[in-house]
Amino acid sequence: MLIEFFLKLKDGGVPVSIREFLTLNEALAKRVAFGSLDDFYFLARTCLVKDEKFFDRYDRVFGAYFKGITDVEGIAAMIPEAWLKKLAERILTDEERKLVESLGGWDKLMETLKQRLAEQKGRHQGGSKWIGTAGTSPFGAYGYNPEGVRIGQEESRHRRAVKVWDKREFRNLDDTVELGTRNIKVALRRLRKFARTGAPEELDLDDTIRSTAKNAGWLDLKMVPERHNAVKVLLFLDVGGSMDDHIRVCEQLFSAARVEFKHLEYFYFHNFLYERVWKDNRRRGTERVATWDVLHTYPHDYKVILVGDATMSPYEIVYPGGSVEHTNEEAGAVWMQRLLAVYPNAIWLNPQSDAVWDYHESIRITRQLIGDRMFPLTLEGLDRGMRLLTKTH
Amino acid sequence: MNRFNGTDSYVATDDLMMAVNAAVTLERPLLIKGEPGTGKTMLAIEVAKALDRPLYEWHIKSTTKAQHGLYEYDAVSRLRDSQLGDSRVHDIRNYIVQGMLWQAFTADKPAVLLIDEVDKADIEFPNDLLRELDRMEFYVYETQELVRAKHRPLVVITSNNEKELPDAFLRRCFFHYIRFPDHETMEKIVRVHHPDIKKTLLREALEGFFEIRDVPGLKKKPSTSELLDWLKLLMAEDIPPEALHSRDAHKIVPPLHGALIKNEQDVHLFERLVFMSRRKP
Repeated sequence: MLIEFFLKLKDGGVPVSIREFLTLNEALAKRVAFGSLDDFYFLARTCLVKDEKFFDRYDRVFGAYFKGITDVEGIAAMIPEAWLKKLAERILTDEERKLVESLGGWDKLMETLKQRLAEQKGRHQGGSKWIGTAGTSPFGAYGYNPEGVRIGQEESRHRRAVKVWDKREFRNLDDTVELGTRNIKVALRRLRKFARTGAPEELDLDDTIRSTAKNAGWLDLKMVPERHNAVKVLLFLDVGGSMDDHIRVCEQLFSAARVEFKHLEYFYFHNFLYERVWKDNRRRGTERVATWDVLHTYPHDYKVILVGDATMSPYEIVYPGGSVEHTNEEAGAVWMQRLLAVYPNAIWLNPQSDAVWDYHESIRITRQLIGDRMFPLTLEGLDRGMRLLTKTH
Repeated sequence: MNRFNGTDSYVATDDLMMAVNAAVTLERPLLIKGEPGTGKTMLAIEVAKALDRPLYEWHIKSTTKAQHGLYEYDAVSRLRDSQLGDSRVHDIRNYIVQGMLWQAFTADKPAVLLIDEVDKADIEFPNDLLRELDRMEFYVYETQELVRAKHRPLVVITSNNEKELPDAFLRRCFFHYIRFPDHETMEKIVRVHHPDIKKTLLREALEGFFEIRDVPGLKKKPSTSELLDWLKLLMAEDIPPEALHSRDAHKIVPPLHGALIKNEQDVHLFERLVFMSRRKP
């Protein structure tokens, strides 16, 4: 049974390993948690989930999996009948109780409620809000809503067990959703790699002392190459137009990127890369830099990060003169190929959700151009992108 | 006593207790994450107190190496002694300084070892401790001896999430994320620390506190430990509860807010927001 649960977790995207699963079994064998679903929930979480960003996924799998279990045993296994009755007794008037009887009594009511509960849960997980059905459904009329029911039942451990994972309090920590400057920094830090290159330049004091001492006092000087941040980055940011919606995210990326790298050069473009880019958006009309100059100035070991939503008319990419701002002699696609020829290490970060990528022809073309190295501008996407950039030199 | 149920000075939630007890029973390390000021470090101290075990604290800095926790070979002393002709110089053992791990391993009864802020160290740091934490043994090359734990200590590791920890390391740990306490738990925590606080003051202060935490765009949200400090100040100054809800335009920001908001921009932002909300009828 637990193997099934374990596999479900793996399918659900929680990174679990066999070792952790064995640990859980060992803990169960030693009776760390026993006889309570609530305890088991906590124990399994502490054993299997090693990052709070996966808590939400764990909650979802746990909820789905153990809902199945309780369904098999009947709804009575969760003792909701008792609490419902208790609540109904408290809230329902005599008149309404008669109405319950007319609906076929408690058994019928429970049956209907069970269905309704499943329905509402489905809708809830879909992300929309609980919708009160007051006035139309018998439950609405009796003031039924799951929160209300729970309030009446402080001593039931089962009630709390259900609540804990159904509340899904860790939703915001799921890294496919949230993106803040700090988070971006952590992701970018993956790219920051220190390397010792070049001639020995610094006196390694520690090593000198150590080897001198080991030599019983004969001075033995040790040198190390100077340590510096070896990662160089060119950042190209799309501004204006359809990017306005994503300005905030991009600003965050930008501010995070500025602190993370020593060699960071940034340029702006509009919609797509053409023969000119600029460094100051307010003076974009006058102070432009030829893209050729950029390609000639920075050596090929720079890594390139393009940020843009790539949402435009396909003509803007594939045809000369397709740009909305000026007449470009050569197509954007040509410039993109030139860029990639000089800097093989490039990724495209897209603030658009990857769910809609397939609906935009221009995104499809851009992805093709960049060799499928387009990532959504979420922490998870950023992380995958950075991983790719660090892999190669 | 081998179960941890919180102490009279530390409020532990059910899930936290479960994590600690799992780590105690299975003798595996426990990794604690959470917002700053939610009592990660205090946990190790309190667990040691509750289980009556000696506590060894190893605070990690950006320059800390894994080796420092095991032992250090004090080459400088040996160099000095050799210049002075000290006879101790011939025995290398005299210059081996035991680290926290060594001390915890060789303690006479099971100990609690706190590795505080593991994410401050170099990114490879956790990897260098894999075998030591797993097998609870390590080898001293200088003296060629194997140090093995007499009793496996309970290892509590805290992290502020500044760096990602390697998967191999995570697999060997139990994990717990200390969430920011809700209103109810917070009240318990305050009661534990300030048992004689006035009920009204506590209520008003907590309301104010959670209001401040809800202000969007704060650079740093106040934490539990900051709330406790603030309450201490309020009590010391004997501020009446009504002052916390002053309608006076000149005193819009709660008294002694410096204990809660630690950033100048945040203070400005907060003042602006409060001013705007109070202007509404």
